[in-house]
Amino acid sequence: MMGSDNQGLEEAAHVYASREEMENLLLDDSSSVNSHSNYRSATSLSPSILVTPADSDPLLSPPVFHDLLNPNASGKNNNNNHHNHSSYIEPPSYADVIFSPFDENNKVNSEINGGGVDVSNLQFSDSPLASPSSSSGGSDYIKITVSNPQKEQETTNSLVPGGNSYVTYLITTRTNIPEFNGSEFGVRRRFKDVVTLSDRLAESYRGFFIPPRPDKNVVESQVMQKQEFVEQRRVALEKYLRRLATHPVIRKSDEFKLFLQVQGKLPLPTSTDVASRMLDGAVKLPKQLFGESTAVVAPHEVVQPAKGGRDLLRLFKELRQSVANDWGGSKPPVGEEDKEFLENKERMNDLELQLSNASQQAEALVKAQQDMGETMGELGLAFIKLTKFENEEAMYNSQRARATDMKNVATAAVKASRFYRELNAQTVKHLDILHEYLGLMLAVRSAFSDRSSALLTVQTLISELSSLQSRAEKLEAASSKIFGGDKSRIRKIEELKETIKVTEDAKSVAIKEYERIKENNRTELERLDRERHADFLNMLKGFVVNQVGYAEKIANVWAKVAEETSGYEKESI
Amino acid sequence: MINTQQRSTSGSSLSPRSPSSQPYLSVSVTDPVKLGNGVQAYISYRVITKTNLPEYQGPEKIVIRRYSDFVWLRDRLFEKYKGIFIPPLPEKSAVEKFRFSAEFIEMRRQGLDVFVNRIASHHDLQQSDDLRTFLQADEETMERLRSYETGIFKKKPADLMQIFKDVQSKVSDVVLGKEKPVEESNPEYEKLKHYIFELENHLSEAQKHAYRLVKRHRELSQSLQDFGKATRLLGACEGNALGKTFSELGVKSETLSIKLQKESHQLLMNFEEPLKDYVRAVQSIKAAIAERANAFRQQCELAETIKLKEINLDKLMLTRSDKVGEAELEYKELKADSEEATRRFQTIVSLMNEEMMRFQEQKTFDMGLAFHNFAKGQARLANSIADAWRSLLPKLEACSS
Repeated sequence: MMGSDNQGLEEAAHVYASREEMENLLLDDSSSVNSHSNYRSATSLSPSILVTPADSDPLLSPPVFHDLLNPNASGKNNNNNHHNHSSYIEPPSYADVIFSPFDENNKVNSEINGGGVDVSNLQFSDSPLASPSSSSGGSDYIKITVSNPQKEQETTNSLVPGGNSYVTYLITTRTNIPEFNGSEFGVRRRFKDVVTLSDRLAESYRGFFIPPRPDKNVVESQVMQKQEFVEQRRVALEKYLRRLATHPVIRKSDEFKLFLQVQGKLPLPTSTDVASRMLDGAVKLPKQLFGESTAVVAPHEVVQPAKGGRDLLRLFKELRQSVANDWGGSKPPVGEEDKEFLENKERMNDLELQLSNASQQAEALVKAQQDMGETMGELGLAFIKLTKFENEEAMYNSQRARATDMKNVATAAVKASRFYRELNAQTVKHLDILHEYLGLMLAVRSAFSDRSSALLTVQTLISELSSLQSRAEKLEAASSKIFGGDKSRIRKIEELKETIKVTEDAKSVAIKEYERIKENNRTELERLDRERHADFLNMLKGFVVNQVGYAEKIANVWAKVAEETSGYEKESI
Repeated sequence: MINTQQRSTSGSSLSPRSPSSQPYLSVSVTDPVKLGNGVQAYISYRVITKTNLPEYQGPEKIVIRRYSDFVWLRDRLFEKYKGIFIPPLPEKSAVEKFRFSAEFIEMRRQGLDVFVNRIASHHDLQQSDDLRTFLQADEETMERLRSYETGIFKKKPADLMQIFKDVQSKVSDVVLGKEKPVEESNPEYEKLKHYIFELENHLSEAQKHAYRLVKRHRELSQSLQDFGKATRLLGACEGNALGKTFSELGVKSETLSIKLQKESHQLLMNFEEPLKDYVRAVQSIKAAIAERANAFRQQCELAETIKLKEINLDKLMLTRSDKVGEAELEYKELKADSEEATRRFQTIVSLMNEEMMRFQEQKTFDMGLAFHNFAKGQARLANSIADAWRSLLPKLEACSS
């Protein structure tokens, strides 16, 4: 992810190279730059997101506060009388705080920035779910990188002569989690493998909030430039795998481990085509109807949803059941009774809506900040040009005085513009968490639908059972009227009883499965709420501290110019 | 704010606060009122004059004027006071729908107020009859004068003749192959002209960006409002302490939105408008430059004509023609005209030099003040942003513990 950010921004930096040079010129020969020397390094051509003034010279601007969020600990403040957070304590200045950019892990970052301000409160992992260190006393970490896309040829039988080509990505993992054998490994995978992984996880972990995989983007893959598309996909894959790695259960799953570790072909069953499934199912159906093949759902099949399976008959039955649920007069045999769950479902729906809205507005805010910074910068440059012009053509002293004033304003505008852009880069990362959780809502929905399809299976089996039993009863009643028994009927009854037994087994399994999924939903919901609260809180803190810090910096810059030009105000009175 | 600075830095201090023995002339343009209907609608202003100058009808006079009256005044001054940089007028609105927006009306009122006050505080312009007429005549007289000036009647017969002559001479120049217009060969003046033309370009660019900056403030204000609302809704959904924090964040965001809206207005009035005013002033200088070129050309042409007449006269005298008398008279007249033209030109030259110096000083002051207001406004805005967000921090801290 860092790599991709790098690339895009480097390109942007080159485009603005001449503007940067102009800004540098201005800032370097301005005598007022002394207190802002840590920003000289920021004026180099490296993109603003990656600039770490902390890295360049943490000693230049010594940290004023050790604990930013506790005003009482401020070094600036000698006021011993107030021990509460009242606003009468001179508020801590964040202007001198060095804001370091994000890095993947809290831990890794604090190692790098050892010399700088303790901004550990402000560190954010860019995976949306709470970082490992905040959960189980965490010293375990796992870091995944996706890189090195390469084109490869499809070697096995293909209809098209010349073969199909596809792209593989190098997936490197570094971890100290014991369940993985090893601490560092790399494999090559293609996108199809990722789809497989995602499908298998969805099957094995019904009821869990599994991060959604990247889209296939079929249209985009045709329309976009190959390189751009591959890069976009690489970023998306990295994000996805990292999210999987933060899920406490899934990160230790077999599927995930196999995906990350096993060299060569991915040893997971591939998702067969819908077509071939349907074909299989269509072949089976007549046999089922004529009783040649099992018309009954085997218990082991019950743990998977009917949809996407090969058993068309089961599909039909469940469909019928769901229609009966919705339109039938009577209540289904077993319903969703868990009131708490229904409330939570409502809440999740509402949350998704609000998140979507907030995410949109956050984007708009970022754009507005960006535009402000840009226009401020352009204004500054226009004044720089004017200053140069007046100085060159000056015939009167009043012109030179004006040129000086203009230069001060221009310098301030350029600096403010820088600050706006830096602020924005940080804001983007903070508010991106909104977007991440919005994506996760998809996973929530899918987990809830796991639950309802499991319930549907249970309901279907119960209905089936009751109809089988009533058939059996009828047969028994009919056969008891015939003296000496009815051989054929008795045989049928026995067969029916067999079927009933199997169906009952299936029902137990289905109920167990349903309960299991319910439990998964519950724990996941708890985890989601907990982690979301922590992450959102962090986001808000980070956002606010950023805004404060940069607003202070900007205020200082302008206050200086106001001071320098205060003479004009006095004159006019 | 601008009018006060005008009064204090011009040659004569005409402040109403000075003791009554000191001459003073103070004008204010106030109370814009929309009159008329539909396409004919226009804005009228109250122009209040306070003075102790004897040429005026009394210590205070109030008249009603509209934009085209101000245009009349400007045009009259431009005719009479060549060489002086006539203060610029705020523009006519290009876009219909803004014509009556509150902001536009206020900006125009301010601009007109500045305009009149600059005239009233200019050493030469303040003596103008037309100014007095403008400040005192009743509305009917004003209307008559105004309509007389517009249209064909704007040009007096003498002017029409001059235009005719100009065209004539241009045609003959072309015919005779003298197409190049006559220009002064004064390197310093060339430098000045070049400076003025370049300056206009630079200033226009700066003004353009200043206007965009105003827009950006408005846009940021809007997005802060939307973001605040969305955050509040999200907070309501989340509930408990986090939800409350979200809601408070949202409220702060909306508060800041209002501050930004206010600041954008300040920016428009106190920074962008002075820049626009600067551009207009430069354009007025360009008009003066054009007048000077005219005067110079006239001077040259008359000088040319005189030479020819001299030669002709000598010829006539040699031949003892009876046309000598007539020719001598003509020659004397032409000589007078030529001296007049030369004088006019020289007046313009010396006036322009004075004006240029005054202009530079004035502009340094105007811009200095504008910069000061700009910087103050930005600092004030940034501080309120910092304060607003900072007030959330204790709560955020409490939340996480």
